Formats: sequence, structure tokens, C-alpha cells
Amino acid sequence: MSSVLEVRDLSVSFRTEDGSLSAVDRVSLEVGASEVLAIVGESGCGKSVTAMSLAGLLPRSARVDGSVRLDGVELIGADKRTLRSIRGREIAYIFQEPMTSLNPVFTVGSQIGEVLRTHLGASRQAARARSIELLKLVGIPSAERRVDDYPHQLSGGMRQRVMIAMAVACDPKVLIADEPTTALDVTIQAGILDVLRGLRERLGTSIVLITHDLGVVADLADRVAVMYAGRVVETAEVHELFAHPQHPYTTGLLGASPAAGRHADTHRLDEIPGLVPTLSVQPDACTFADRCGQAVDTCTTSQPQLTRSDHGLACWNPVGVS
Amino acid sequence: MSRYLLHRLWQSAVTLILATIVVFAGVRALPGDPALALAGEDRDPESLRAIREQYGLDDSWLVQFWQFVSHAARGDLGQSIRTGEPVNGMIAGALPVTIELSVLAILVAGVIGVGAGVIAAVRRGRPAEWAANALALLGLSVPNFWLGLMAILYLSVALGLFPASGFVPFFTNPVANLHHLVLPAMILGTGLAAVIMRQTRSSMLDALSADYIRTAEAKGLSPRAVIGRHALRNSLIVVVTIVGLQLGALISGAVVTERIFALPGFGKLTVDAVFQRDYPVIQAVVLVTATAYIVINLLVDLLYSVIDPRIRVRGES
Amino acid sequence: MTTVAVPIRTNRRKIARRILRNPLAITGLVVLVLAIVLAVFANVLAPHEPTQTQLDQAFAPPGTAGHLLGTDDLGRDVLSRIMFGLRASLHVGLLAVATSLVIGVPLGLMAGYFRAIDALISRLTDLVLAFPFLILAVGLAAIRGASLGNAAIAIGIAQIPGVIRIVRSETLRLKSLDFVAAAIVEGASDAWVLGRHILPNAASVIIVQATVAIPAAILGEAVLSFLGLGIQPPAPSLGTMLSDAQQFAARAPWAAVMPGLAIMLLTLAFNIVGDSLRDALDPKASRR
Repeated sequence: MSSVLEVRDLSVSFRTEDGSLSAVDRVSLEVGASEVLAIVGESGCGKSVTAMSLAGLLPRSARVDGSVRLDGVELIGADKRTLRSIRGREIAYIFQEPMTSLNPVFTVGSQIGEVLRTHLGASRQAARARSIELLKLVGIPSAERRVDDYPHQLSGGMRQRVMIAMAVACDPKVLIADEPTTALDVTIQAGILDVLRGLRERLGTSIVLITHDLGVVADLADRVAVMYAGRVVETAEVHELFAHPQHPYTTGLLGASPAAGRHADTHRLDEIPGLVPTLSVQPDACTFADRCGQAVDTCTTSQPQLTRSDHGLACWNPVGVS
Repeated sequence: MSRYLLHRLWQSAVTLILATIVVFAGVRALPGDPALALAGEDRDPESLRAIREQYGLDDSWLVQFWQFVSHAARGDLGQSIRTGEPVNGMIAGALPVTIELSVLAILVAGVIGVGAGVIAAVRRGRPAEWAANALALLGLSVPNFWLGLMAILYLSVALGLFPASGFVPFFTNPVANLHHLVLPAMILGTGLAAVIMRQTRSSMLDALSADYIRTAEAKGLSPRAVIGRHALRNSLIVVVTIVGLQLGALISGAVVTERIFALPGFGKLTVDAVFQRDYPVIQAVVLVTATAYIVINLLVDLLYSVIDPRIRVRGES
Repeated sequence: MTTVAVPIRTNRRKIARRILRNPLAITGLVVLVLAIVLAVFANVLAPHEPTQTQLDQAFAPPGTAGHLLGTDDLGRDVLSRIMFGLRASLHVGLLAVATSLVIGVPLGLMAGYFRAIDALISRLTDLVLAFPFLILAVGLAAIRGASLGNAAIAIGIAQIPGVIRIVRSETLRLKSLDFVAAAIVEGASDAWVLGRHILPNAASVIIVQATVAIPAAILGEAVLSFLGLGIQPPAPSLGTMLSDAQQFAARAPWAAVMPGLAIMLLTLAFNIVGDSLRDALDPKASRR
């Protein structure tokens, strides 16, 4: 399978007053054509920072190393102009907060049209006509009227649909959805997931889905990467992961029973006791050892590396093996 | 008309009524017999009786207040006790100068303040921000009448770049008019520019860290579009409010500026009236200023709702 | 009754350290202290009587023996007059700000705490705002005559709305915090809650407001005295010095330059200290 997006050894650290803080540590990911890759983990595990770093959206205080290739083109270290021409056109984003992610003082039509005018040089009229089409595509009723609405006139779910319409306006290769349903009611979440599924099927868009909601993962993802404290600790095809989770953290995510599988919807990540370690320099140990129920001596003296296989794992004492 | 606007109108009306009562009471608080004060130098019993008659000083204060309000509402603000001229004529003659001066000052302050504020926010932590902050601090600290004196001393008298004083009506000679007003407007705008700069910087920093700016960047927009369109539009809403709030300072500043540059405006009328103890003029000046302040702030609120669609539509629903 | 700890926002030593780490703040503080010393001990430190005229020494330029900053048209020593002028400026500045705090703080507390009178107080605030400080001063001068005290009152009244606004919003913020809510639930009286819980925690905001208001009041005094609505000649005031100097500025520019510089340095020092204090009390706001 050829990858559309290929991430190799991506590391991100932030300069702060108290020195450098590592947020993402040598993360490697691959996303194939029209594939949905879910990145799951607790808040603060580095999944959002990973997503933002892909198209150079982090603040200046961030230092990004490694490689991100989009269709073979290297994005890390690319100049700003190149990155701008790629953002919104080849990599598009949807964010968690539909309430605040749209500019309150412009109509939704003008905000969608802006993408078309910037990247495709569309005229004002063409952009407007296309905006209406896009609003229809994401399932907004009476799009002809809604196009002139301001964001505050729309519900949260409708706004997130507008965000999606804006993201797919230029038919991007990769759509990065950062917690797209977290801020929404459960009943509205399903509709948004349907829209995303439809886009993947109709437009062949690859999706990187950032979430902490395993229900969403089960619903939409093809493959899953589990992140903990800035590192990928386990990655596998979605059914494989739900059926045979091997990292103790993953089993914790899935609930007490490893077989929870598709019924894990209601399980939240914070049921694992303890806190995500602060993102300072990692000691030479497994970062999960403190919270791990089955840590062995090796876990506190040496850091496990992610194995390269269809079911990658970074653990000294996996579940169901010993 | 929307509910919000009705509410604002009602508030303004209440404030205006209260302000009128304050002005009315203020005149009655003049030391001694108001008739004596109103008569000025001319103190023979005959004219005192005439003044009592004219101002209804022997009536109950309720009647007097009604007289005062109904006269003011008809534009009758009484006569100057120095020149006998109708006060409303004097004010009508002086106001255009002050209005032109103030509008020019707001323009100057807006361009400089918004520009420097945007630069300071965007060039965060660089020399440009430091320079803009330092200028704003200076602008807030410098007494603008002193700055005016210095400008006259060094730019007008020594270098002859601008006229040191005087005024030419715009319709007589627009070029000479602007030439006379450029320096006063810049001096008057200094403090306002500093306030606008600080406010723009702070609200630009807020806007730049907002989620919708991240969205705009994720869309691949140019920095120009991100800053100039998405961030600035939101920041300007706050800046407009600031101009409304600073109006009082602007009026005070205009009085001093006119005094320094010998402009025949509202400020000069005010100061002269105080020194000549021309009470009808003082009363009218205070009333007109308060009314202008209230009305302009109402207009600013209306403008605000034009710029910010959230307010506009909230009002409609 | 269980006592609920009152959170102290930042401890004093930390604030002091933050200020002392900032070279600009130290400069401002040094200038401020210097100005206060010059003003307070003017009667000891000033080389001449501020009102003593020596016509034979009129228009002496700066650097003249005995007259470091020169003399004015009546031969009065500019430096001595500036020192006494600083005293008057600080006097009016403090008096005005004290006036605004004495009236504004209780009104702000009440407006933030009791919903019922919030609207009433905000109408009063609007009313005061409708009279710009100079117009207030004009009115006051017309009614009561021009004097230092009346100038301070006019400036103080004009500053009340700002105090009310800041104290009100701080009160609203504090009222919603757990420890205040807990005290209310425990049945503490309103006066107790306001005086024991809200006022001490609002103190830092009030102090910052005061440090910003003092330089504004000093500028206001200078303006009023310049116009003849404040301190009356021959008493020295930086504003009246400037207004006198306007007549002979071309002949003796130092008489116009020096008092203005003095006002500017004084207000600049206050503003710098005020800014640093605000940043130190609330580092998150430092970007503002």
C-alpha cells in the first residue's frame, strides 16, 4: 500500500522559561489513500501537537525534527510559502471547538469562499456557488440561505459541518480531524461521523482522526495508533487492536476486559489511575511504568522501542503474552 | 428597531435628563444670589429685577427647571452677559472648529495607534514591539499642552513649518485650513494614539491566539489575510469602543489645544467664559458637552453593532 | 464555624522580585523616589525661595551660577519652582486619587455585589462620564472658584467611573469563587464578606488602578493650572510655570522646556511603575 502521508521519527519540543519541554518523541505514522488513521490517547499525550506539526501550524517556540512526507514531498523544514500553498489545499484541518474555530465577524460563505479564492483563484461568485455546494455536501439544509449566516446563528453541529465544508473545499489529500466530535452532543456526533465517512468514500480523502473517544475510533478508523506521553506505544489495524490489545495502557483504555471491543464506547480514558507524566526530559524508563499494573524491573531501567510490524508495540511485558 | 437599541436609547435619555438636572442645579449652586452672578457688572436694581424676571428666579424651582428645559430644547440657551449675544449663536460659531480639530485628531490617532498596535502585536518580542511600547508610554506621559508649546517653539517659530496660531475656515481656504490644523490635531491625538495603540496591541494579541486564527492559518491564508482581515476586524470592535470612552479626554484635550494654538473653538469659548464669569455661556457649554458626549456614545454603540454581527443579530431576535 | 482560607494571589516577596528583575521598573522607581524626595523636602533642598523675584537676574540661562536650570522673566529660580511644583503635583495627584477611591471603591463593591443597585450605580457612572474632567473643573471653578482643592476634586470625580468599573468587575469575579461562595453559604453577613473576603483580594487591582490614576491626575492638574483653573499664581505649579513661560518662550525656552520635562518624567515614572506592578501581580496579563 502506498502512503499518502508518511511520518518518520517526528519529535516536537517547546522552548519555555524552564528549558525545553518534549511534547512528541520520535513518532512514526503512515496513512494510505482513503485510509482513516486514528490517534488515541489522553489529553496531553501529544496527539494534537503531532497533528498541528504536520503542516507547520505550531507556534515559533516549537522545535520540530524528523520527517513528514506528503505524497513524497518533505514538509518539515519547507519554506512558509510552500507550507501555505499546501495547507487548506492538500492538508486540511478540522478542530475540536466549532464554537470558536469560525471567525465570528464573517459569514460562513465568505469563510469557505476564502479557501477557494486563495488556493484556486476562484471569483467571488464562483466561490459563493461552490460554497453552497459544499454546504449541501456536508448535509446542511437550505444551504442557499445558510451561506449568508454568521457562525453564531448556527448550532454547534452545523458549525462543525461548516468547518468540514471549509476543509474539503479544495479536495485535500489528507484531512486532519482533531477531536471533531468532542465538543458536540452525542446525537450530533453520529451525524458528523457520517459526513466524514461519506467524504472518505466519495472523495477518497485520507483522514487522520485525533480522538480520545474509542467509540469514534471503532466507528470510523481503519488503523489506530495509541499515544502515551508523546510516544506511540501500540499501533494496529482497528479490529486487531480491539480484539488483542497488548500494551497495558491500551487495555486500560479499552476497559478492564480486553474483549470490550466495540462496546467500549462509554469507557473514558481517565479511568486509569494516575496522571500523564509531565513532558520534561524522559528518564531512561518506560513512561507508563508508574501507572502500569504489571510493570517489571526492566520497565524502570530501559525504554521500550516500538516494534515495526503490522501490530507494533512498545512494551517490556505485554498483556496476554507472559 | 431592535430591543438592544431601544434599551440603549432609554439609558441615554435617562443620563441626559440627569445631566440636565445637574447643570440646572449647578447654576443654582452659584455663590450668593444667582441674579447677581447672572447680572455680572451691571448691578442696578432695575436690571436685577429684569434678570429675575427673565430667569424666573422668583418662581418655584420646578417651574424654573421646566423653563430651563423647554428653552434649551428650543435651542434657546440665553444670552451672554458680556456681549448680549445669543449663546446658541456663539456655540454654533465655535463648534465647527472643535469638531474639525477632533475629527482630524481621531484620524491621526487611529492611523498611528492601530498601525503601531498591530505592529507591536505581530512583532512580539522584537525591537519593533519595544519601540511601539516605549512610544505609547511616552504618549501617555507627556503633557500634550507642553508638547504643543514645544511644537510651536521649535516647528513653527524656529523652523516656520506650520503657523503657530490662528484659524482659516475650511470653505475660505481648505489648504490653509488644514495647514493651520495639522499640528494641533497631531498634538491633540497624541494621548489618544497611545491609548488606541495599547488597546489594539492587547486585543490583537487576544485575537491572534483565538481558535479562528488557527483555522485561518490552517486554511493556508497569507499572513496579510490572517492578520489584516481575520484578527484586525475583531480587534477594531474594541478600538471603536475605546474611542467612545476616550471622548471625554478628547474634549478636555481640545480645550487646551485650542488655547495653545489660539483656535476660535469651543474650548476657547469655555475658558473665556470662566474668566469672564459669563454664567449663561458656562451653563450652555456644560450642557452641550454632556449632550454631545451622550449622543456620540450612543452613535458609537450603533456603529459597534454594525461592525459586530453578533450584536446586530442578537438585537433582532 | 470552619474558616475558609482566603487565597493570596501572589506572595509579596515574589512580586518584589519580579519588579526588581526588570531594569525599566527599577529606573522608574528610582526616578519616582527622587521626585518624591525633591518634592517633600523642597523647602530644605531648593536653592531659592520659589516666589522670590530677582529682576536683575531675569532670563538667566541654565548653568548660570546659583541657577542650575536658569531663571524666568522675573528672575525666579526655575529649579526651585520645579521642586515646589512637583510638590503641588503630587499633592493634587494623591488628593484626587484618594477622592476617587473613597467614593469609587464602596460604590464598585456594591455594584458588583448587590445586583439590585448595579443598574443605579451604572447610571450614575454614565452621568459622571458625560462631564469630561475639564468641563467638571470649569463648572466647579465657576461655582467655587479656582483652587488646588477644587482642581483635585474635579479630577477625582472624573476618575470615579474608572474605579467603579474596575472594582465592580473584580468583585463580580471574586464573588463567583468558591471561598466567597462558601462564606456566603455559611451565613456570613454581606459586610463581613465584602470587607473580609472581597476587599483584601481586590486590593491589588485597586493599587494598580491608583498607580495609573495618579499620573493622569498629575497631568490633569498641570492642564488646569495651565488654563488658570487650578493652582493660582504666584504659588508655583508646573502648569502655571508653563503658562507663564508661554509668553517669553522664544526668549527663554528653558523656562518652558524644564517644567514640561519634569511633568513628563514624573508621569512616566508613575506609568512605568504602574505597568510593572500590574505585570508582576498578574504575569498572564503582561502581554497586554
